[in-house]
Amino acid sequence: MIRIEPREATSRTFSVGVPVLSALISLAFAAIPLLAAGANPITAYGEMFKGVFGSVFAVTEMLTRATPLIFTGLAAALAFRAKLWNIGGEGQLYLGAMAAVAIGSGLLDISGILLIPIIIVLGAAAGAAGMAAPTYLKVRFGADEVVTTLLLNFIILIFVQMMLEGPLQDPMGLGWPQSAPVLDQGMLPPLMDRMRVHSGLILALVLAGLAQFMLARSVWGFKLRAVGENAAAARHAGINVNRSLFGVALISGGFAGLAGVSEVAGLKGYLTADLSPGFGYTGIVVAMLAGLSPIGVVIAALFIASVFVGADGMSRAMGVSSFLADLVVSVSLLCVLVGGFIAKYRIVRSGKAGATT
Amino acid sequence: MMDLLNILLSESFWAASLRIATPLIFGVLGALICERSGVLNLGIEGIFVVGAMCGWMTVWLGSGLWGGVLVAACAGALFGLLHAILTVPLGLSQHVSGLGITLFATSVSYFTYRTALPNVSSPPRIEPFQALDIPVLSDLPFLGPVLFQQTALTWLALLMVLLVWYVLQRTALGVAIKAVGDNPDSVDAQGLSVYGLRIGAIVAGSALMALGGAFLTMSAFDAFFFGMVNGRGWVCIALVIFASWRPGKALFGALLFGAFDALQVRLQTEMGALVPGQIFLMAPYILSIIALVIAARSADYPRALLTPWFKGQR
Amino acid sequence: MAENTVLKLSGLSKRFGSVVANDDVSLTLVKGEVLALLGENGAGKTTLMNMLFGHYLPDAGTVEVADANGVLHALPLGHPQAALAAGIGMVHQHFALAENINALDNITLGSEPLRSLKRNRAAARAKIDGIIERSGLKAPLDVPVGQLSVGERQRVEILKALYRDARILVLDEPTAVLTPQEADTLFSNIRSMITDGLSVIFISHKLREVLEFSDRIAVLRHGRKVGEMATTDADEAKIARMMVGADTPKVARQEMSPGAPVLSLKNVSVSGRSQRETLDNVSLTVNANEILGVAGISGNGQAGLAQLIAGLVQPSSGTIAVDDEDIPKPTPSRMVQAGVGRIPEDRHHEGIVGAMSVAENMVIERLDDPDIQSLGLLRREAIADNAVKLAQAYDVRGPGVDASARLLSGGNIQKLILARVFERAPRLILANQPTRGLDMGAAATVGRRLLEARARGAGIVLISEDLDEILGLADRIAVIRDGHLTEAPTNNREQIGLMMAGAAA
Repeated sequence: MIRIEPREATSRTFSVGVPVLSALISLAFAAIPLLAAGANPITAYGEMFKGVFGSVFAVTEMLTRATPLIFTGLAAALAFRAKLWNIGGEGQLYLGAMAAVAIGSGLLDISGILLIPIIIVLGAAAGAAGMAAPTYLKVRFGADEVVTTLLLNFIILIFVQMMLEGPLQDPMGLGWPQSAPVLDQGMLPPLMDRMRVHSGLILALVLAGLAQFMLARSVWGFKLRAVGENAAAARHAGINVNRSLFGVALISGGFAGLAGVSEVAGLKGYLTADLSPGFGYTGIVVAMLAGLSPIGVVIAALFIASVFVGADGMSRAMGVSSFLADLVVSVSLLCVLVGGFIAKYRIVRSGKAGATT
Repeated sequence: MMDLLNILLSESFWAASLRIATPLIFGVLGALICERSGVLNLGIEGIFVVGAMCGWMTVWLGSGLWGGVLVAACAGALFGLLHAILTVPLGLSQHVSGLGITLFATSVSYFTYRTALPNVSSPPRIEPFQALDIPVLSDLPFLGPVLFQQTALTWLALLMVLLVWYVLQRTALGVAIKAVGDNPDSVDAQGLSVYGLRIGAIVAGSALMALGGAFLTMSAFDAFFFGMVNGRGWVCIALVIFASWRPGKALFGALLFGAFDALQVRLQTEMGALVPGQIFLMAPYILSIIALVIAARSADYPRALLTPWFKGQR
Repeated sequence: MAENTVLKLSGLSKRFGSVVANDDVSLTLVKGEVLALLGENGAGKTTLMNMLFGHYLPDAGTVEVADANGVLHALPLGHPQAALAAGIGMVHQHFALAENINALDNITLGSEPLRSLKRNRAAARAKIDGIIERSGLKAPLDVPVGQLSVGERQRVEILKALYRDARILVLDEPTAVLTPQEADTLFSNIRSMITDGLSVIFISHKLREVLEFSDRIAVLRHGRKVGEMATTDADEAKIARMMVGADTPKVARQEMSPGAPVLSLKNVSVSGRSQRETLDNVSLTVNANEILGVAGISGNGQAGLAQLIAGLVQPSSGTIAVDDEDIPKPTPSRMVQAGVGRIPEDRHHEGIVGAMSVAENMVIERLDDPDIQSLGLLRREAIADNAVKLAQAYDVRGPGVDASARLLSGGNIQKLILARVFERAPRLILANQPTRGLDMGAAATVGRRLLEARARGAGIVLISEDLDEILGLADRIAVIRDGHLTEAPTNNREQIGLMMAGAAA
């Protein structure tokens, strides 16, 4: 007979080992679909590696891809820490992006020193508003935020399309549903010549560090952790649970909004309805792989960005669908979940005891 | 105003409502069974995709339509089983596992489709389910077109409502499923298997969800597109709460939703010049949120929902 | 005697991690007797019965059960189904009932094949009616169990066992939720079932009912059986000594004259979600140097009173004042600031954040304190120093102040909460079921600390379902019943019992 017993303490090796192992297993798992698609896995892995680390350009592409994932990963990680299920990162990303182009594409024609911070702040505010609404519905009416944030993603995306065919449409865009470009002085400066990697990455790293510090060292972080781990005890101890939830909702939504800002004002320059290939959803996987730790988010985002960029390269070279990357990412999430179980419980085999046949 | 009345009185409007409601009926019933046993299944969105892809592909590969339905249900059941293993004996977060299943199921479907059909520009079509043509009944005024010119899958959905109702209300199995979703100890103490009941409920519920997806590619449309499920699964999760976990109300909720969706399409053509079309596209999702907010206050959640249960830990 | 044995446990042992719950326990039960299994909280009574019933798998040992002909057979362990089939019925302290289905369905659950498409409810109902008639256990069958009273639910639990033709009935602390009068009825029902051929084991830590209603007594301590005797040979002092391993330390309580009022409730009502959270026009005063004991059957508004004083609910009418200062809109933090220390009923769920460290849990109520934080940042050294100091002063033992609070034992969690509360020298202390689930040593510590606080000048509201605890500690006693609070004129056990049952106004 097999029984499940909780471990008395979860060792630190698990908190690092589980995500690393999950990542490796999910990569190894990719061999199955590769074989099914008739590709040689060894060659494919080689191509993937080359696609990420084969050149300086490849590495910068990976960093460029990791930037929005750090933001959406932080958005999910902080909210999940408070047991606030923000699955609406995708929508909040678009809200941030919309705010960025609305302000940055000519509404305010001022110096970059002023314009860039304004874009950043208002983009974050738009994302924050996108999470404040479902949090209000949760606190006031008890409406499950999982469902409301998921549905809001669809609503916001349709709203973006509406705006791109309406007020935000680029008058010079030949009728395409895309926004006018962000003014040059409003663009986040690139980090390297002729490469796409931009200073949004620096912002993401700084914010990840700040989030890590605040979570561990500040009263705000203390309250957030208490609310997430045991809301009843936090409330009993005098912590205003709803205020904590709103606080983290605003910050989480703000981070997701920044992902949108960084994509339009750092990379694309303008907004289209296919700005994000699901960065909001992938951010959830990033956060889970990171064990909900902000610094971990950075590492997990780099890994997942590598998978995507590597799969793109492999796909170009070998003709295997780049949906392989989505497969690897989703499998890594399931692996890390199971790993979390192994870290928390142990499976005890007790065959002989009590056998009284 | 006359226009609205004309729409509401037209046969085609009600026929469309039922058609649009069909995948939701499957989905809401599936989610209902899972949640009645105490497990939230956010894998629904991905299981819809799997059902849509598998059903379509089976037929495209040469099987009959019902073969496609069967394969879709089995594929859904398989992903349901994965969710069940993760959330029931392992007791992992039902939220995260469900989202993981959705991502996994979606990417498996897309990868398979892309790998099988690497270079198609327009998705290949199949011959989908045709409207049943029942002698006499189909020719009835109003009722004929609305009820009796639907496809067999719509009828299957309606039949499932009855079946789920009967099982929950009238059989020992149904009592056990309701009990395990309220207090697993009550079931365990009477010598029934909590794990067995929950895993079974999730697998069965997921098979139903996949049928909702299969309806999309095999009845509503005749091909598979990326992004075709488009949040229908999430809408079902909202509707279950609205339906307070009752099959009859689930049917009502799905029909209400279908009617609203059908209405929005018609209003769009009538008022398209006045309002951007996207307003109408948004409406179903907004409606779901409103339904959720209305229902949430009084929602009588299955008491054990989201709470894992481990054998021997009372 | 041997041929009358219906149940024989031999050498049962069970460990949970490093904790030994049962160690080599052997026990026999004779047909038609009532065996009381006695022991402190944590002595291993419930674990032993859970092994018997197949909920836990023993690490060692065997169980033998007599069949209808009196022949002993080994019971396959770890299978509730096998225990049920062998005629063992168990009534848990926490009822194993689904509240969304009715009593009939709860009783028949699992006895019908799940595959069958139709149910034979008429036959089931006839059988249950027959059992009700013979045993006197009345309960409504067609109402969702969620709407039944606690007493009715307990009867449904027993009916469940009898429906399965139980010949051995195990009752885990059956009177914990009953009034003394209800308990008497239960035991008389049990008597009539025994004449029907049933054998009963009941688990208890209440010496009084054990002496009154059992035929034989077995005592467990620290997971071992430490004694067994016929009830006629037992007396209270003897079994108490066996349970604790030494004479019970009596908490020394000196008389004091009460000081100024520290808490006054005037005509306070609380509209809660359920009866247990509802208060109806309650007025009460607690003075300095005084312990007010609030007695009552579980679920009569104690939760409402506790939530009110803890600041978790707002009164719908009436006023609440601490130290003569009105608190118009109580919140937990306002109550803490007003000098109220709160010991919550459910210490795991409300008392601590298990995933956070012991040190963090010790400061969770004073995050605004400049000793703990400056400019919104935690002062980690101060928090660690505070934790070390408190852990020493209040004897909080465990893997260290940086370890997760969840790793502490129940008694040490309570000490952590005591440390947090008492360190701030509160004017008023709300102690809600402060010793529930603690062993006698830890319970004595809680009692001593409460008396110390009283001597220091605090006023204390002690809510407890254990009447003996209240009689031992309180200066005055009030009884809560249906959300009403009535002061007891005397400390007479019988009279308070009647008030708890609502028999006397």
